[in-house]
Amino acid sequence: MLLWTVIRRLIYSVILVVAVLVLNFLLIHLAPGDPADVIAGEMGGATEEVLASIRKAYGLDQPLYVQLWVYLKAAAGGDLGQSFFYNAPVIDLILDRVGATLLLVFTALGFAIVVGTTLGVIASRKPTGIVSNLVTVISVIGYSAPIFWTGIMLIIVFASLIPLFPISNMYDVTKSVGPFGYALDVAHHLVLPAFTLGIVYLAQYSRLTRASMLEVLGSDYIRTARAKGVSERKVYGRHALRNAVLPIITIAGLQFGGIVSGAVLVETVFNWPGLGTLAFDSILARDYPTILGILFFSAVIVIVANLITDLLYRVADPRIRMAK
Amino acid sequence: MTVLDTKDESLPRAEHPAAEAWRVFRSRPAALFGLLLLSIIVIVSLFGPVLYAVDPFEIVWAPLTPPFETETAILGTDNLGRDMLAGLIVGGRATLLVGVTAALITIIIGILVGALAGYYLGWVDDVLMRITEFFQVLPPLLFAMVLVTLFSPSLPVVAMSIGIVSWPATARLARAEFMRIRGLEYVSAGRSIGARDGRLIWRVILPNALAPLIVSATLTIGVAILFEAGLSFLGLSDPNTMSWGLMIGSGRQYVLDAWWVVTLPGAMIFLTVLGVSLIGDGLNDAFNPKLRER
Repeated sequence: MLLWTVIRRLIYSVILVVAVLVLNFLLIHLAPGDPADVIAGEMGGATEEVLASIRKAYGLDQPLYVQLWVYLKAAAGGDLGQSFFYNAPVIDLILDRVGATLLLVFTALGFAIVVGTTLGVIASRKPTGIVSNLVTVISVIGYSAPIFWTGIMLIIVFASLIPLFPISNMYDVTKSVGPFGYALDVAHHLVLPAFTLGIVYLAQYSRLTRASMLEVLGSDYIRTARAKGVSERKVYGRHALRNAVLPIITIAGLQFGGIVSGAVLVETVFNWPGLGTLAFDSILARDYPTILGILFFSAVIVIVANLITDLLYRVADPRIRMAK
Repeated sequence: MTVLDTKDESLPRAEHPAAEAWRVFRSRPAALFGLLLLSIIVIVSLFGPVLYAVDPFEIVWAPLTPPFETETAILGTDNLGRDMLAGLIVGGRATLLVGVTAALITIIIGILVGALAGYYLGWVDDVLMRITEFFQVLPPLLFAMVLVTLFSPSLPVVAMSIGIVSWPATARLARAEFMRIRGLEYVSAGRSIGARDGRLIWRVILPNALAPLIVSATLTIGVAILFEAGLSFLGLSDPNTMSWGLMIGSGRQYVLDAWWVVTLPGAMIFLTVLGVSLIGDGLNDAFNPKLRER
């Protein structure tokens, strides 16, 4: 049964990927102006020669459905078009940068989940205590502050007042000596961007953990556990937290698109060399193939993340496994 | 005197739901603070430019003058020497307008999709929910960036784009409410006396599903303002209309030399969204009896 579910989810994911490609194709054609101009972008589009070669390569003189077919076939082979601004295939540009983005996103997510749930658990022990109020305050601020603004505030503080962490780029050529030195240097550069991106989700997760812990702690099986003399530590750690964490995994999976969006802004603030800065640079250059390629690629990342979360969740929670 | 006389002193009078909601809302200091904060910001944006009639695009002093150094520009100047205070006062108009318009678009699309899916179920629900899921895999900011880049960065396009990328969450909420309410007795009763689908959806179910949707609409305004700010930060805002976002977008290169150019408009956005979300939280408590008991 599980295998059948996996196959069905896989097919559905592939359909979603194709749908994103169709959307990209439509966007090129819905945009005002000649599609060849759009594909060329502002940097390479001027000459008639280039436009003619684009029209030929994309079959722009053919009926729309033929063009769509050509586009999908190319994408299936990993060809997301050519960036005339960078003078390189879009897919190469993206693959160059995607590692940095994923490193940032997963570090921020890990930080948010670990610290967020910890704060949430502490807060749930005393619903009116200091930590509990702190959780509320952090979550309201985290929800209301523009993420890039938080980042810039950190830059202002850490650039002059407390020069502890680097405020720009991913590594420093002079300090990255050897593989270990490189890793350490990247980690050092990662602190501020990951903290900026993570704090928004930390706020949500701590609030969510507190709410679901309070709910779980009021349930019958916790009372049973306490009645039979299970220590408070075990009640929290083993019985309550496990159930309270499930909704967080779901939310983190569902929010992946939003986290990638946040990464775009954070990367731009800290000059982190990922997909976000690439997107920003290509928007400045009106490099449409690259922007559309990034939209497609990040949608694929979200689809894969959703697929993994969904499957993990099915494995982790027997109730869902049995229900389907 | 009849039994139905509501003036009977021995019976407690039923409170009107709106009065009860207002009573709960009023009892929350945080919610009142949010209301006060937002009211001040709205009033200053609307009437401030009349009292402080300085053109925010006019160059008044040396570029990047810090706050409190000259009386001409008390909060300093930006990278072109324009008065920061004038920008902060006028800039709220565009930001609030885009935020509210985008939130309206979000809510309209969301309720339309959610209502149809939750009321008709079956294949209508299947089709609409697949479309919703499709929109949810597109990272919202990137999608909005693409839309604004392809179709000019003007205020209507920015508002439309934010609406187009934000509606799925509202649609899911509306769908859940419609699915819950359509099975209730008063809906069956309406159907049994011959009410048509349109009437049941818009006149019977929607008013009863409104409470959570109002809360979500309020929070959506905050999200939309943050979105507009993010797009502006990336340089995707209308260059001909002064807005907090535009100030941030044009000041971002100078943060290390001039802390105020981004800090001040960013703080305005933060305070606005803070006001909106505190009001949203208060409304949530006011409309939701279950939460109130805690």
